[in-house]
Amino acid sequence: MRRFLAQLGRRGIAFFARLGRRFLLLLHILAGSGELFRHFDQLIRQLHGIGVRSVAIVSLSGFFVGMVLSLQGYQVLTQFSAEESLGLLVAASLVRELGPVVTALLVAGRAGSALTAEIGLMKTTEQLAALEMMAVDPIRRVLVPRFFGGLLAMPLLAGLFSAFGLLGGYLVGVDLLGVDAGAFWGQMQQRIDCYADLCSGIFKSLIFGLVVIWIALFEGYDSRPTSEGVGRATTRTVVQSALAVLCLDFVLTALLLGV
Amino acid sequence: MDPVVRIRGLRFARAGKPILTDLDLTVARGSVTAILGPSGSGKTTLLHLISGLLRPQAGQVELMGHPFPRGRRALYQLRTRMGMLFQNSALLTDLSVFENVAYPLRAHTDLSESMIRKLVLLKLQSVGLRGARDLMPNQLSGGMARRVALARAMALDPSLLLYDEPFTGQDPISLGILVRLIRQLNDASRLTSILVSHDVRETLRIADYVYLLDQGKIVAQGTPAQLAAENKPWVQQFLQGLPDGPVHFHYPAPDLLTDLLEI
Ligand SMILES: Nc1ncnc2c1ncn2[C@@H]1O[C@H](COP(=O)(O)OP(=O)(O)O)[C@@H](O)[C@H]1O
Ligand SMILES: [Mg+2]
Repeated sequence: MRRFLAQLGRRGIAFFARLGRRFLLLLHILAGSGELFRHFDQLIRQLHGIGVRSVAIVSLSGFFVGMVLSLQGYQVLTQFSAEESLGLLVAASLVRELGPVVTALLVAGRAGSALTAEIGLMKTTEQLAALEMMAVDPIRRVLVPRFFGGLLAMPLLAGLFSAFGLLGGYLVGVDLLGVDAGAFWGQMQQRIDCYADLCSGIFKSLIFGLVVIWIALFEGYDSRPTSEGVGRATTRTVVQSALAVLCLDFVLTALLLGV
Repeated sequence: MDPVVRIRGLRFARAGKPILTDLDLTVARGSVTAILGPSGSGKTTLLHLISGLLRPQAGQVELMGHPFPRGRRALYQLRTRMGMLFQNSALLTDLSVFENVAYPLRAHTDLSESMIRKLVLLKLQSVGLRGARDLMPNQLSGGMARRVALARAMALDPSLLLYDEPFTGQDPISLGILVRLIRQLNDASRLTSILVSHDVRETLRIADYVYLLDQGKIVAQGTPAQLAAENKPWVQQFLQGLPDGPVHFHYPAPDLLTDLLEI
């Protein structure tokens, strides 16, 4: 029993120490954001690395999700003879929920894991220590551009996801199931609200971007400098990001809807 | 002359496990001082403590006559005067050889592009790799990567150079080159060098003074000649690489025959 309590205490302390390091790292990154203006090319490079390379997977996924939404939505809406609202249903689901959430999950799997592995390997091969020895702060030079690159990329990718989702939804809804094209777009135009829908979607994906990139960078930076340690850190990034995104989505949605 | 590094009563532990205990060490200006010891004896840890990558739990580290600075700014200031060659070279993998060597110059000076070019080419020339300037780190052999890392460590003309196992994994030719290079750089640029290694022969060839480290403690010290005359059994076993002595080849185990006959 004593052993168990001691073990529990140790685990608890380790957990909170880790949490503390997490926040210290975030503070350090934010404090170093001035670096962005001095090395703008680095930001562009990371935006390319995290953003542009996720374009294919994000748009393809968006396309399929839009098609499925249209199929499923049509099944329900016809029961109430409300198929004209299909466009609205697809758009609202994409912009408010699926765009930000699924994009965040995809980015965590595609870019987050890669970031963790990259930083972890830089640590294992002593590149971070080498920067430190050259009197260059590795957090400012390596983590800051990746952090802001990821933060900027996330809402853009979520927008792309939604756009391709709409296209998929349109193809299935209008061309395949025969919903009136005018009604499909018209209801969407009338009912999608800039603040309530678009802004809340962008807000969500900014928060998700922050969390996903933060987890990825921390896990890489805090990983044990061995190949096994980096492997574990990569897995943790994907698992923790997914959990954090889904959990936060509920909290944010509840807040935004004012429930 | 005042020593470049002076360490008194240094103690460092990891998760309760002592790694270095009550360590005293002095490095004279202009010397090549070697720290020799078997793997896991705490050599890398000691170098990291000297360079401030780790902080001691007790004791003092004095660098160039001053106690180790606490603040980040002062520490970085100090580090522009020291270079370190890491165990696995630690070149930045997304930059070319040229850009790796130019990196500290770009970070800490406002030199013009043509000036940086001249300096980088001179540093690369001194390690014999001026022709490799456009290669990427993954195109280099281990020996070449280490020499590029050496050129990078020299870029800001430091007064103290730290080498972590520079000889491991080198073929005989690049080993010979490296041994001579370390001595030459030390004497030509009026550097002080601290060299950590477990390669006894190569190290004794160029060291002015040697510390022998075992399990976090200094077990012997002196010039190479003094050490050769030392008659502690552990020292002789380590220096001559004998398979048996105070340190046994076999991990403690019951008698082989008993072990084999057991069902
Ligand atoms: N990051 C670390 N965490 C825990 N123990 C470590 C770590 N790094 C080194 N050690 C331990 O410290 C001891 C000394 O390591 P090190 O200084 O790397 O030895 P050397 O460089 O002489 O081979 C070893 O027993 C090693 O297991
Ligand atoms: Mg070592």
